[in-house]
Amino acid sequence: MTSIVEAKDLRVHFSTSGGAETVKAVDGVSFAMNRGETFGVIGESGSGKSTLGRAVVCLLKPTAGAIRLDDADPYALSGAAFRKNRRDYQIVFQDPNAALNPRMRIRDSVREPLDILGEGTRAERNARAVAVLDRVGLRAEFAERYPHELSGGQKQRVNIARVLTLRPKLVVCDEVVAALDVSIQADMLNLFADLQREFGLTYLFITHDLGVVSHISDRVAVMYLGKFMEMGGADDIAERPLHPYTEALLSAEPVPLPSHLRSGQRIVLQGEIPSPISPPSGCRFRTRCPFAEDICASSEPEWRELEPGRYVACHFAGQVTKGRKS
Amino acid sequence: MTADKQPLLDVRGLGIFFRTEAGEVQATRDVSFQLRPGERLGIVGESGCGKTVTGLSILGLLPRAQSRVEGQVLFEGRDLLTLSPRQLRAVRGRRISMIFQEPMSALDPVFTIGQQIGETLRAHRGIGKKEARERAVEALAQVGIPLPSRRVDEYPHQLSGGMRQRAMIAIALVCEPQILIADEPTTALDVTIQAQIIDLLFDLSARTGTALLFITHDLGVIAETCTRMLTMYAGEVVEDSPVDAALERPRHPYTSGLLRSIPRLSKRKTVLPSIAGRVPSPADMPTGCRFRARCVHGLAECEARQDLLDVSLDRRARCMRQAELTLPGAIA
Ligand SMILES: Nc1ncnc2c1ncn2[C@@H]1O[C@H](COP(=O)(O)OP(=O)(O)OP(=O)(O)O)[C@@H](O)[C@H]1O
Ligand SMILES: Nc1ncnc2c1ncn2[C@@H]1O[C@H](COP(=O)(O)OP(=O)(O)O)[C@@H](O)[C@H]1O
Ligand code: SF4
Ligand code: SF4
Ligand SMILES: [Mg+2]
Ligand SMILES: [Mg+2]
Repeated sequence: MTSIVEAKDLRVHFSTSGGAETVKAVDGVSFAMNRGETFGVIGESGSGKSTLGRAVVCLLKPTAGAIRLDDADPYALSGAAFRKNRRDYQIVFQDPNAALNPRMRIRDSVREPLDILGEGTRAERNARAVAVLDRVGLRAEFAERYPHELSGGQKQRVNIARVLTLRPKLVVCDEVVAALDVSIQADMLNLFADLQREFGLTYLFITHDLGVVSHISDRVAVMYLGKFMEMGGADDIAERPLHPYTEALLSAEPVPLPSHLRSGQRIVLQGEIPSPISPPSGCRFRTRCPFAEDICASSEPEWRELEPGRYVACHFAGQVTKGRKS
Repeated sequence: MTADKQPLLDVRGLGIFFRTEAGEVQATRDVSFQLRPGERLGIVGESGCGKTVTGLSILGLLPRAQSRVEGQVLFEGRDLLTLSPRQLRAVRGRRISMIFQEPMSALDPVFTIGQQIGETLRAHRGIGKKEARERAVEALAQVGIPLPSRRVDEYPHQLSGGMRQRAMIAIALVCEPQILIADEPTTALDVTIQAQIIDLLFDLSARTGTALLFITHDLGVIAETCTRMLTMYAGEVVEDSPVDAALERPRHPYTSGLLRSIPRLSKRKTVLPSIAGRVPSPADMPTGCRFRARCVHGLAECEARQDLLDVSLDRRARCMRQAELTLPGAIA
């Protein structure tokens, strides 16, 4: 079967300072997503995760390269077909308030996407909204409330309900649990898993939380400064990273274990992510990489399949990382 | 270990009240704990449990007109709650400093970083302008800011989030305080930058003997930074314990629930244990055990008010079943 999303050397650039500079937010990313999988994307702030997510749901048009949805170029479709295709690809954002109108009742907010499409009668649309709200765990009484009468976690459920009414095939989840307390976050992650089983959804799951991404994902991509550094099965990546950046990210994560069970040595990366306006030559990670050599500045490492299903861009992939346990 | 040292800070029966449109509400009740010299104490709990207001109350930073605080905050033989605003200013920044999640709220946008560090120094130490600038450069170097002699003349907006956090730490530490209160100082940062800041705080506290009161909702951060931890729930301390002991075998069902819901501690793609329900709001606090509505171990007797019970010499838990329950911790 064909992939639900396929990106080939995808680039999304923004021009700033009145066109004088170019921010290369996504700068040559290639991957394919399988139907029904959860594909996690991790990386530091500014690495281009959200930009990639927006490009996948056609909120941003690629500057170069190609994106194919359901084996079709969405930008080659006619207006009506483009809208129909767009409907299958939805996005939920981190800020639970972003998509909710404070003056609209929850039911009306959830019904709104259907109203725009003009499907069925108003009564049918209402019934669907209430049914979907119920499915995400909000009883009928919540339908009558306003956003300010809901907690952050409840509002995030509303946002999910809003996109579910459209019966999408794929949902981009951009930091959807970042603003929530752990116990509420656990509920939400369970809900995402249930909905995936029930509706056969595919997720592009963007987060900076490594624990979250490895829990929910089948495969994970690690992004840095507009490019993927590594991609592979979630367990493989967590247990045996092949790229120095992945290893450093994993080792930076604080682990809630008693001291005798923590591995002890942590790789603390020096410095910060450079500007995507003028990324370093050669390997973009070289300014912070503990293993950088001359070749890393002069030549850009190739994106290669080092082991079946495991892609990595590093001249010394698999040779410098230690792998980790715990 | 540290248990024999005299407490540096002795918080007793802290009750924080706010006047709201709906009348007075109580945000914390009977919060008591001690901080010893050089100790690193974490406060953990979901949002709204009273962590921030507890930290703010120590330095008299709660909005005076809308709040009232009962209890005692004993520090160097004085009760900080009885000090005048002027006396408090002499303590703040010099003996006890505080840093926040959002450094922009604490930094003044119209002054350079150097001016802000210098201001703190001159107010508390009465040193001259030139010396203050030199000390500011040193302070920035100490918190790992590259090119400190250039950064010292920059304004907060010219710095990245991680750099601002470092600058705020530099300001907080320049007078070598006894205590640093850090309220979610790494929550807004990437894990890589968080690791840098945690290491920095850890090293500074080890080197200067500054005691740390580390407020966070992240048990991983507590595990890696602190020696003791307080779990707060609905405005009360529900567990007070050495960190490793609490992670291994929590004595309060809430601490256990918080730990178990961390994705990292469950097998991939399995159902995460969560804590049903939500933190009750101060306006309608249940009587008896405040965690009862969410607790799977509750009994009829839990409707009685719960006290902090001694688990051992250095542990306490606010649960009448603490001795009989075996609760799962970080390792189930
Ligand atoms: N509309 C825009 N105009 C100019 N630059 C932009 C725009 N959108 C994003 N950028 C820049 O592109 C880069 C990638 O941004 P993006 O939001 O995709 O990162 P991210 O990985 O999602 O980060 P975060 O973890 O902070 O959400 C950043 O440097 C950002 O400032
Ligand atoms: N200025 C205020 N007026 C009224 N209530 C407040 C005020 N500040 C905090 N509270 C309440 O006090 C409780 C504890 O808040 P806080 O200390 O910020 O929690 P935490 O830091 O644990 O998330 C919450 O119920 C909060 O709504
Ligand atoms: S290519 Fe060089 S600089 Fe880049 S990650 Fe590999 S070793 Fe480090
Ligand atoms: S007192 Fe009862 S309800 Fe409260 S935490 Fe203990 S067992 Fe649960
Ligand atoms: Mg983003
Ligand atoms: Mg707080």
